[in-house]
Amino acid sequence: MSAVAERAPLRGKRVLIAKPGLDGHDVGAKVIALALRDAGADVIYTGLRKSPEAIARAAVDEDVHAVGLSVLSGSHKELAAETLEWLRALGGGDVAVFVGGTIPPADHAVLRASGVKGVFTSDLPLEDVVAAVARALG
Amino acid sequence: MIPKAETATDAATPASGEPGISAQQARTPSGIEVPVVVSREMLRQPDPGMPGEYPFTRGIFSDGYRGRLWTIRQYSGFGGAEESNRRYRFLLDQGQTGLSVALDLPTQCGFDPVHPMARPEIGKVGVSLSNLAEMETLFDGIDLGRISTSFTINGTAAIIYAMYIACADRQGVPRDRLTGTIQNDILKEYVARGTWIFPVRPSMRLVADAVLLASDTTPRFNAISIAGAHVRDAGCTAVEEIAYTFANGLAYVDELVRRGGDVEKFAKRLSFFFYVHMDFLEEVCKFRAARRIWARLMRERYGVTDPRAQMFRFGVVCGGSSLTAAQPYNNIVRVAIETMAAVAGGAQSIFTCAFDEAFQIPTEASAEIALRTQQIVAYESGIARSVDPLGGSYVVEFLSDRMEEEIVRIMGEIETYGGAAKAIEDGWLQARVARRAHERKRRIDSGETVVVGQNSFRRPERPDAIGEEFRLDPEAAGRVLDRYRAVRERRDDAAVSRTLDALGRAVPKEGENLMPYLIDCCHAYATVGEMVDRLKAQWGEFQEPVRL
Repeated sequence: MSAVAERAPLRGKRVLIAKPGLDGHDVGAKVIALALRDAGADVIYTGLRKSPEAIARAAVDEDVHAVGLSVLSGSHKELAAETLEWLRALGGGDVAVFVGGTIPPADHAVLRASGVKGVFTSDLPLEDVVAAVARALG
Repeated sequence: MIPKAETATDAATPASGEPGISAQQARTPSGIEVPVVVSREMLRQPDPGMPGEYPFTRGIFSDGYRGRLWTIRQYSGFGGAEESNRRYRFLLDQGQTGLSVALDLPTQCGFDPVHPMARPEIGKVGVSLSNLAEMETLFDGIDLGRISTSFTINGTAAIIYAMYIACADRQGVPRDRLTGTIQNDILKEYVARGTWIFPVRPSMRLVADAVLLASDTTPRFNAISIAGAHVRDAGCTAVEEIAYTFANGLAYVDELVRRGGDVEKFAKRLSFFFYVHMDFLEEVCKFRAARRIWARLMRERYGVTDPRAQMFRFGVVCGGSSLTAAQPYNNIVRVAIETMAAVAGGAQSIFTCAFDEAFQIPTEASAEIALRTQQIVAYESGIARSVDPLGGSYVVEFLSDRMEEEIVRIMGEIETYGGAAKAIEDGWLQARVARRAHERKRRIDSGETVVVGQNSFRRPERPDAIGEEFRLDPEAAGRVLDRYRAVRERRDDAAVSRTLDALGRAVPKEGENLMPYLIDCCHAYATVGEMVDRLKAQWGEFQEPVRL
């Protein structure tokens, strides 16, 4: 891997970081946004309280490679499923969806099975998150 | 760098490879350097005075916890009102002395359960309380005249407070006997917790309406709890936590004074709410420094003379982001240490997080351990015997002084910017908190900040034991919706329209207190969503400044 790729593994990638639903804990989302930006990605952050439909529309309009959903309220399964559905409906079925937040261990597999590419909890080092996103986006 | 996979054999050595306290650890998490030995000559204020006396460094009460122990107040609530009512009765039976009500996000953000944004969130992080009938169920068999209830509610605080008063009216409890707290601190919602609804200025009016009504009609009820806990848990240091919170506090006091409130009177009911994280001495000193800063602000800035209106009263929560999902039983130890710090710091009420809170709503078993932790500290540890037990320790006085200087310096920065409300409207404070959170995360990732079981002393080959799993009753949301529809069926629609119209007409009247109108709406079983929609129609919604 070249030095540039190592420092900026997400160069050329566009990522939408989104807060679906009513959960207002946005620091995790912002920290991830900053870390992905440091890794070279073009990052768009939606701000709070967006519907899955609005997030999917923004993802398609902005032509992003990945969407990161941040949910700490326990509604991750419903909100991830709805976002994936809307993405498929709007022609964004190829957008990689990641979920971060307070996700009980048992739900990780459920999310992956529903089409989520990666699940990140707050104890995961940022470089591991960046590496996982880079791997998934190829 | 932290080795990614330590084995059990080298798990006895810290990841940094250093046997003692590292250079970084010589500084507190707030960045204050503390010498290895502190002597009397190094103290700026060697005599901290006496507890119960201005500026209250050592405590607001001369008798500490002998007169009265802190309030043991566990945050709880989930699903529908019936489920939460059962949990509350369980906690009261176990010796808890106050209730703390967690509300679900639709209630906090002003959406009725039938709203599309509400559906996935019904009953998830707290109980759904869309109208008075739900609150009557929540407190069924619990005498509101005999317990103290704390509501973590902000965006809809005035409405929930109105509903609580209406509920007391229905129980036949005189309003002046109500005790408890509503958080009602909207400013920090824009910075860290996100349950804002209206723009900053009209929101400040609602905050003041509730405080002014309380001051007149429910004198034993705290209508605001100015909270630093959320910015702290979001990533701020202990010093910033106090500085940002006091900056918000001054914004509220200014607003209340502008509205004609008597500061000597309402300041007696102001209370604060903070996190206690793991740095024991810094947490103790934070509260000692905060007590004297607030007392001086009240006396010097507002000319307050009644000592009770100069007192800094606070509750705490122990745990939060200091807890780890890895090796969760370690969290029981963390919460115990934090509880000791809260007591040595002189807290008036304590909430201890359950050890599984980093990844789920606590189970009954984990909630019980959290409660027992406080009882062990209270009745076995002896730490509550003497007031301010660490006062006079050279390092404690040194650190209290240094934290006071830093808090005052940061408050000055906010004042220079134009005050808390402006810093928040512009998104300046939000961006500052996000950057600080990013720094904190990087320090944990690099191992500079040691988190046992998470970035050090790991045994990845052994899976984390998590005990029992919390299961929310999947039928709970359906029952909430059924009850909501039933209430809308059987209520008197004419009374609902009449009270909502009266509320709408009161909004444009400058200086009119909206609380009495909200209480009337609650009595008529108007819903939270209906009241919020009437206000939104005139005030609009907050437009979030999205800044990274």
